[in-house]
Amino acid sequence: MDGLLIPLEHVLLVAGILFACGLGGLMLRRNLLFMLMSLEVMLNSAALAFIAAGARWQEADGQVMFLLVLTVAAAEVAVGLGLVLQIQRRYRTLDMDAVTRLQE
Amino acid sequence: MNLALAAIPGLPMLSATLLILFGRQIPRSLGAVLGAGSVGLSAVLVAGQLLAYLDTPTVVTATLWTWMSVADFSAAIAFHIDGLTVVMMSVITGVGFLIHVYSVEFMWEDESFSRYFAYMNLFVGSMLLLVMADNLLLLFLGWEGVGMCSYLLVGFWYKNPANGAAARKAFVVTRVGDALMALGLFVLFTDLGTLDIQPLLLAANLNWEVGGTVPVLATALLLGGAVGKSAQLPLHTWLPDAMAGPTPVSALIHAATMVTAGVYLVARLHGLFLLAPATLTAVAWVGLATLLLAASAALVQQDIKRILAYSTISQIGYMFLALGVGAFSFGIFHLMTHAFFKALLFLGAGAVSHCLHHELNIFRMGGLRTRLPVVFLSFLIGSAALAALPFTAGFYSKDGILLSAFTAPGIGPWLWAGGLLGALLTSIYSFRLLFVAFFGEAQTEPDRKPGLPMAIPLLILCALSLLGGLISQPLDGVLPDAGHPQVPHLIEWISIGVPLLGVAYAYYAYIVRRPSSSPAEAGGDSPVEGFLFAGWRVDALYNLLLVTPYRTLARWCQGEPIDHFYNGVVSLNRLCHRGLAALQTGELRWYATTFVIGLIAVVAIVLRSAP
Amino acid sequence: MTVLLFYLTAALAVFATVVALTRANAAHALIYLILSLLAVAVMFFMLGAPFAAALEVLIYAGAIMVLFVFVIMMLNLGDAGEEQERGWLDARLWIVPGLLTTVLLVEMLLVFGESGVTTSGHSVSPKEVGISLYGPYVLAVELASMLLMAALVGAYHVARRFIDRPGDI
Repeated sequence: MDGLLIPLEHVLLVAGILFACGLGGLMLRRNLLFMLMSLEVMLNSAALAFIAAGARWQEADGQVMFLLVLTVAAAEVAVGLGLVLQIQRRYRTLDMDAVTRLQE
Repeated sequence: MNLALAAIPGLPMLSATLLILFGRQIPRSLGAVLGAGSVGLSAVLVAGQLLAYLDTPTVVTATLWTWMSVADFSAAIAFHIDGLTVVMMSVITGVGFLIHVYSVEFMWEDESFSRYFAYMNLFVGSMLLLVMADNLLLLFLGWEGVGMCSYLLVGFWYKNPANGAAARKAFVVTRVGDALMALGLFVLFTDLGTLDIQPLLLAANLNWEVGGTVPVLATALLLGGAVGKSAQLPLHTWLPDAMAGPTPVSALIHAATMVTAGVYLVARLHGLFLLAPATLTAVAWVGLATLLLAASAALVQQDIKRILAYSTISQIGYMFLALGVGAFSFGIFHLMTHAFFKALLFLGAGAVSHCLHHELNIFRMGGLRTRLPVVFLSFLIGSAALAALPFTAGFYSKDGILLSAFTAPGIGPWLWAGGLLGALLTSIYSFRLLFVAFFGEAQTEPDRKPGLPMAIPLLILCALSLLGGLISQPLDGVLPDAGHPQVPHLIEWISIGVPLLGVAYAYYAYIVRRPSSSPAEAGGDSPVEGFLFAGWRVDALYNLLLVTPYRTLARWCQGEPIDHFYNGVVSLNRLCHRGLAALQTGELRWYATTFVIGLIAVVAIVLRSAP
Repeated sequence: MTVLLFYLTAALAVFATVVALTRANAAHALIYLILSLLAVAVMFFMLGAPFAAALEVLIYAGAIMVLFVFVIMMLNLGDAGEEQERGWLDARLWIVPGLLTTVLLVEMLLVFGESGVTTSGHSVSPKEVGISLYGPYVLAVELASMLLMAALVGAYHVARRFIDRPGDI
């Protein structure tokens, strides 16, 4: 099946809204788990923007970039969830306002 | 021959080394033998040189070894013996030996007996090096050596901080002159390419025109050195304070030898000075101004040694006057006679204080004429010679200087009149000292009489002060001079008569109308006397102009002003660090928020700059 | 018709995302997030990137989200954690993030502007993607593999239980 003819700005707008949602969630939530989810949303929105651009010029590059974003997301989630486990184990909480040892 | 020459300065230096190394171990008597004996042996060797020279006046030049040789510069340890050197050597070792003998008794009870003789011997060695040197670098070595010995001996009784301060003052003030002299040597070397005295004089005669810039500059710088060493205006302030040292030191260093080094330097390099008439005139005026200032200051001093110190400055002023008017041989003649009578006076003063519980104020002496007859005789003859009464040694030399000054072209009569005024003052202050200290009622009773080691040098010096004027110096061919100056008889009679007038006035003021009470301790009763007492307040002037600003600057620098800048940088960094550290809260959400703010700002900038 | 479907999917994705990020319960949030990701996958498909759509479903909605599920299970947060989360979602806390994101969104709208271009309407086959990946982008593939390796080692190390050294990360 061929793709649709959709104004590029609209796709990008969707990506932008998703990105903003992720960013807002990142600032809003105190739980590390939700912060990681917000990050996923943000990465996903970036991937959407790539795909849109790839569709605009009918090039494979957009999907290649999507693959790289996917890789980064996978890596980030693996390490991030590992940290979630470890922090829960150490501090008995996931509240990032309480975990401020980075200050030192 | 070379060995004998080398031994002349070598013996005192060897003795100094021995005394420094083993001074604590050897007994006093051995120290005395070493100290005085080495100088005595030198004196014998010098006498041999003197006789040889008198027999056949030949210039001896002896190179011992090469001192240094760098590129086209080389300096040797080499001696140059001519008439001038022989005279200087004779004075140094002769008077020096007498003072050493005298010192044996004077310093016998001092705990640092051997240290004293070590310094004294080192001084004699350095001084001999100075006068015997064949090149100016070696001369400068001796020059600095005597300066150092002067410092060490002025501050000999270092436990009293005032003595240390006087020593430092002497050192620092003469250092000004020494720096100038070093600069002068640099000028000479860069311009003429050598520092050996004889080739230097030859080259100067060939290359320099009379009154050129370089000759005037070089000689002016050398004059700076001479002025510093010889305590002439404006660098004379150290000498009165230098009386803090033991009295024989004052006799040797600050009367007979070291302070006349400037005179020797000018005489030795007269060839250069003749090429710079402006400098030579400056020499004469410096001498005149100094002799008047110092003589007037000597009028009101109460400390016997300070009187003699100012007198020394004044007499060296006469020598400079003589050099300035081209009467070099009279300058050297006065140097020699002055060495005799001033050493005599200083040793006499030392004997007085030695026998009088270290009393130095002449108004607390009195009546010593009958109590210390030998010392009285010394002072009588010394003062007469100092005042240039007829037929004493001082008479011949000072008369020669005054008459030579009169014949100087242009400014002659002025110089003569000034010198005459100085002579009047000289006779007044010297006989004031004599009359106040030795006549009248006794204020302090002596507790002992000088022993033989003190008395014999005094008597020998008495004889020299009386008869020294008859010595004819073997200066022919060394210094340019044309016999006795031809002046009107009236001038001659006035020159002879004025000192007698001074004596008469002193007799009237201090014997006939003897002041009933001694004047106030710190100067005189009137402002003028106070002004003179403080040596025309030159010290205060220097304090105001140089010392205080320097101290202020030093204090300012002590606060390390430049560090303030760097401390400021440090403080700023620390402040920034605190600010940045405060940003680092460790709160992830705060980081994210700031991140977003930055992002918004960047996008806003992109939006603004995009068309 | 299908264009309308695209906008519907987009709205669903945005809605699911917003809901997911405002849930107090982590498991619920995760379900909504998966919904959001699936919606995005549909959008990929519609934009002519079937390969990307498939990977989105497989890896994002599949593997990554499963990881989240496992972690949530291991944490075992329970009701107390949910209550706490609800307390943290106070209305006043919304103000600053809401304001900032709105500003950013407006800025992005201004940047995108109205260019009038549309997507091509042609799909890019997996074959083309593969040729591109192992052609000009082979270096990127290598880098990605290194990144994954590093993440593997890092995750293993970070998540390990430190028995002997408490108080130390």
